[in-house]
Amino acid sequence: MINLEPTDAATQDQVLDLANLTDEQTAFSIEDLDLFYGDKQALKGVSMRIPKGQVTAFIGPSGCGKSTLLRCMNRMNDLIDNCNITGEIKLEQQNIFDRNVDVATLRRRVGMVFQRPNPFPKSIYENVVYGLRLQGVKDRRVLDKAVEESLRGAALWDEVKDRLHDNALGLSGGQQQRLVIARAIAIEPEVLLLDEPTSALDPISTLVIEELITELKNKFTVVIVTHNMQQAARVSDNTAFMYMGELIEYSDTNTLFTTPAKKQTEDYITGRYG
Amino acid sequence: MDNVNLKRHISGQFNSELEGIRNHVLLMGGLVEKQLGDAITAISTMDVSLAEDVLKNDRKVNTYEVAIDEECTRIIAKRQPAAGDLRLIFAISKTVTDLERIGDSAKMLAKVALEKKSSNQGGLLVSLENLGRQCVTMLHDVLDCFARMDVDSAFDVHRTDNLIDAQYESLMRELMTYMMEDPRAIPSIMEVMWAARALERVGDRAQNIAEYVIYFIKGKDIRHLDDEEIAQLR
Repeated sequence: MINLEPTDAATQDQVLDLANLTDEQTAFSIEDLDLFYGDKQALKGVSMRIPKGQVTAFIGPSGCGKSTLLRCMNRMNDLIDNCNITGEIKLEQQNIFDRNVDVATLRRRVGMVFQRPNPFPKSIYENVVYGLRLQGVKDRRVLDKAVEESLRGAALWDEVKDRLHDNALGLSGGQQQRLVIARAIAIEPEVLLLDEPTSALDPISTLVIEELITELKNKFTVVIVTHNMQQAARVSDNTAFMYMGELIEYSDTNTLFTTPAKKQTEDYITGRYG
Repeated sequence: MDNVNLKRHISGQFNSELEGIRNHVLLMGGLVEKQLGDAITAISTMDVSLAEDVLKNDRKVNTYEVAIDEECTRIIAKRQPAAGDLRLIFAISKTVTDLERIGDSAKMLAKVALEKKSSNQGGLLVSLENLGRQCVTMLHDVLDCFARMDVDSAFDVHRTDNLIDAQYESLMRELMTYMMEDPRAIPSIMEVMWAARALERVGDRAQNIAEYVIYFIKGKDIRHLDDEEIAQLR
């Protein structure tokens, strides 16, 4: 066999055997996860391993449970009253639902960015250092360094470096979303959860964020929920297709988008009636 | 065509685009099949006007190729096809390339028909015609597989190229014998040899099309595999 130089960014990364990831390769290990909102079961026996240092995308129709699953990973569902969860999600071999797990610590390790940019009504600078200040960091030099590094990491530095103390709400939507990503990475999480991060953005801002996601995976594990299938195909290494609360198919993105194993997956990604 | 659910897209426009492009491939296939059949008839019956028709119609084949490739490009740009749809577009684009080349072979055979001044190789022409008819049958069968997207028959057609290769080999031996017997006949035997060579390539191209059908339906690329490996994939 001739080994061709890969031309496509997605193939440059190692294709992992998702069914047999070792503990070292795994960021999240989800086992037999069921989730109920009252009587309604939103997740049904989901088991999967999310690899470290890669981008994993969840796709599926509205209400399929992909956002719910994403929110479980930093226990955002704790905030919902009648939400019951069984099964486990392990982050580095530790079940995140254990009693002795501190949610604030968990959320520091697992950052999250939402669909609509939600900067605080403060300066750009204060937005980025917000998490660090909460942690009690006061050293000006440490904060300055974190601001520059995070804004560079979020591909926003060049655009805002001369107006760090302007109000963040004056930024464009795309810039605000990158600011929120900078805020999330300032506290150096291990995992970044992105819940439809570009659905409120224009196509160019979307491309900038997508480019950023591929950069981010060099430092973090990225898990992204997206309604845009082409986006999942472009940015992710692995893709999980969910339907009605079940994980239907989970494989490397190249395979899932060219030769999916399940008919349901094929129907969804090719836009057919299921 | 129900086995591949071409018509089940939520977008009716996409359905009709795919249906349209598929019909164009079938029309092109029908034309190429006729061209090849006519070229072979022209050789065996020394029918000059039929050979001229084949030369003239090759232009149509070329037009089909370009038009269908344009449609493929447009669908990729507008619809971003994935999975089976993407494999179909690729299979179509490659199929029309092979069909166009089969069309070229037919044109080349038609030229041979026009250039043959003396026909003292009666026996040879019968063998050539046999090989030619076998190629037409194979092409017909593979287009049938394409129309029905029938993967089992595609595997069967894929194997029939072996028969064409065998027949080509035996024709070559026959031609050698003639050449040795009568060196003065070498120039005209060479003509037959080129024609046979063109037909052998037609078999290869029809085999390629069978491979594209299999790729589309099964998502497996069987190019360059040996018979045993292919049998395992069935």
